[in-house]
Amino acid sequence: MTSLTQNFNFAYLDEQTKRTIRRTLLKAIAIPGHQIPFGSREMPLSYGWGTGGMQVTAAVIGQDDVFKVIDQGADDTTNAVNIRRFFEKVCGVETTESTSAATLIQTRHRIPETPLQEGQIMVYQVPIPEPLRWLEPSEVETRKMHALSEYGPMYVRLYEDITQFGQIATAYDYPVMVNQRYLMRPSPIPRFDNPKLNMSPAIQLFGAGREKRIYAVPPYTEVKSLDFEDYPFQVETWDKACEFCGSTESYLDEVVTDNDGGRLWICSDTDFCRSRGKREE
Amino acid sequence: MSYVAVKGGAKAIANSEALLQAQRRGEQTVPELSLEQIKQQMALAVDRVISEGSLYDRDLAALAIKQSWGDLVEAAFLLRAYRTTLPRFYYSQPVDTGQMQLQRRISSIFKDLPGGQQLGASFDYIHRLLDFKLAAEDNQFPAPESETDNQPVPRVVDVLGKEGLIQAENPIQQPNNGATQSEENVFDLTRQPQQLPAGRDARLQNLARADEGFLLSLAYSSQRGYGNSHPFAGEIRVGQVEVVICPEELGFEVAIASITLTEVQMVNQFKGSSAIPPQFTRGYGLTFGYNERKAMAMALVDRCLRAEEFGETVQGPAQDEEFVLSHSDNVAAQGFVQHLKLPHYIDFQAELNLVRKLRQEYQQSNQATQSTEVEIKQAENFDSANIENNSVPTPISPPLDHPTTPHHSPTP
Repeated sequence: MTSLTQNFNFAYLDEQTKRTIRRTLLKAIAIPGHQIPFGSREMPLSYGWGTGGMQVTAAVIGQDDVFKVIDQGADDTTNAVNIRRFFEKVCGVETTESTSAATLIQTRHRIPETPLQEGQIMVYQVPIPEPLRWLEPSEVETRKMHALSEYGPMYVRLYEDITQFGQIATAYDYPVMVNQRYLMRPSPIPRFDNPKLNMSPAIQLFGAGREKRIYAVPPYTEVKSLDFEDYPFQVETWDKACEFCGSTESYLDEVVTDNDGGRLWICSDTDFCRSRGKREE
Repeated sequence: MSYVAVKGGAKAIANSEALLQAQRRGEQTVPELSLEQIKQQMALAVDRVISEGSLYDRDLAALAIKQSWGDLVEAAFLLRAYRTTLPRFYYSQPVDTGQMQLQRRISSIFKDLPGGQQLGASFDYIHRLLDFKLAAEDNQFPAPESETDNQPVPRVVDVLGKEGLIQAENPIQQPNNGATQSEENVFDLTRQPQQLPAGRDARLQNLARADEGFLLSLAYSSQRGYGNSHPFAGEIRVGQVEVVICPEELGFEVAIASITLTEVQMVNQFKGSSAIPPQFTRGYGLTFGYNERKAMAMALVDRCLRAEEFGETVQGPAQDEEFVLSHSDNVAAQGFVQHLKLPHYIDFQAELNLVRKLRQEYQQSNQATQSTEVEIKQAENFDSANIENNSVPTPISPPLDHPTTPHHSPTP
């Protein structure tokens, strides 16, 4: 596989393509939360498997970057391993599992528990960028709705949830308003992570390869999860603690341990858990 | 502690790849397929792959087919992932299919016509009987003598065009500003994101590399009433055309390749409108290689997608541009459908928490309203059965189809 590094450009994409993606990123940063179409390429991984995030990463990664990849919060899931080894192969950059040591973090479905810092870049893999998609299947229509800030239907949907279930029944990919202007999908992170998007010191870039869209949240930008005055946005809590580190404030995964319904709970963020020190092996 | 963290992803991936390679090769005693064998003896597979992979390179397509274990969608994906890394030097001049060196040419709208009908190699009139002799090797199949003189043959629709009976193909126009574009400005689907509504150039590019099965079904649906389609196969032609570039620095044309194309022109009736006199309209299909079924389906779908242009009502999926163009690409479709194999346990955990909470509330409101002894007893029985298992939320299953299912967005 050493031939790959020799036969392909640094970070796989050619410089021209990387430049067009960087131009798109600049535009995206300038209009927080607004989806910018870009000439997304086929990557050597399937569309839907992180190609948008990979193209954004390829466009911004430099030789001095320290790169971290997580999927479901963990560095060791097969998809995270696969994307990390791809960039090791085509960039030869240093990789890490430590959130604070990383300059560039590509993620699927989670934001690390360790607070992000200035200078860090988060790259989110986005499957469906359009927050209005389940309300309106037509792209032509949803673009108009964004242009006119016509977000009433989304509020109606949330309201209908409350009348039907007594609460907003969206557990992940919970819609947010960015900079008081654009409705945005935060990618399928649990709503537990939504508050971390708000006023983050890091640059947050979102890439949807198959749908050919890029959007961004610049540092220190207001990101508000939609809610109502009498039904404020809430995140879920657990009455359990992490089996390994004892954390009660992180996002916990439920692990089935036997056939009799036995469960235990562990941190989804493996780096966070490890850095707190294992309580039990 | 019975739980063991999932580690060793890198090793598992490496082993999976090695196993795939071994199984793909099969028994060592059986001779390995050569690319030349695939190229010649599975030529239609190669043609499908160059068409959907949108790269005219039969050698690489053969390699992709070998590498993909005969999975043609996977092979098209391999080819696409490779072509995207190639630099773009020139755009060719438009190819002239009127100058095609024909291998096959059929028209169903005239009994005979200049240049004649030429069946070429085709399954059309072969009885579909399994040929058991073919199971044995070393068959000899001498090709019949060819009588064709290789003179260019005019295109059938051009015959109709001389009389003004068929709508002329206009130079490419962008949907919004209506400005005619020069050849250099033709939309390039491989470099630009699809825009909607799409110009006809973008639309035809999309269809040319669309999944054959998807187009086939859409075309079929339009024939069965989901859409308004009354087509005749005006002409189907298969053969070689020259690809010519005109580099600015040279200032003259250079032929760089000869490629096989399948071109289909469907002729459709059109009763006319206030602005357009009654005439025939066309649906156009063009593919790399010998891909007749695909090219015919493409031509039907192209005509369906012109509904709006001709003031027809959009009734069926085949006429809905956004639906067709957004879902035609099998490289995108296979990826997104199969991405459901990736771990989704974070989102599932969030859903689990939510459903438990909803069930708890459902149960509370139920207990408040329901008082019949039988039901309470059932609930208690259920409770005691789960008593040691405090993590599982308590009881009373609502009927499965109860409307309190929360909104479920496909998790990606």
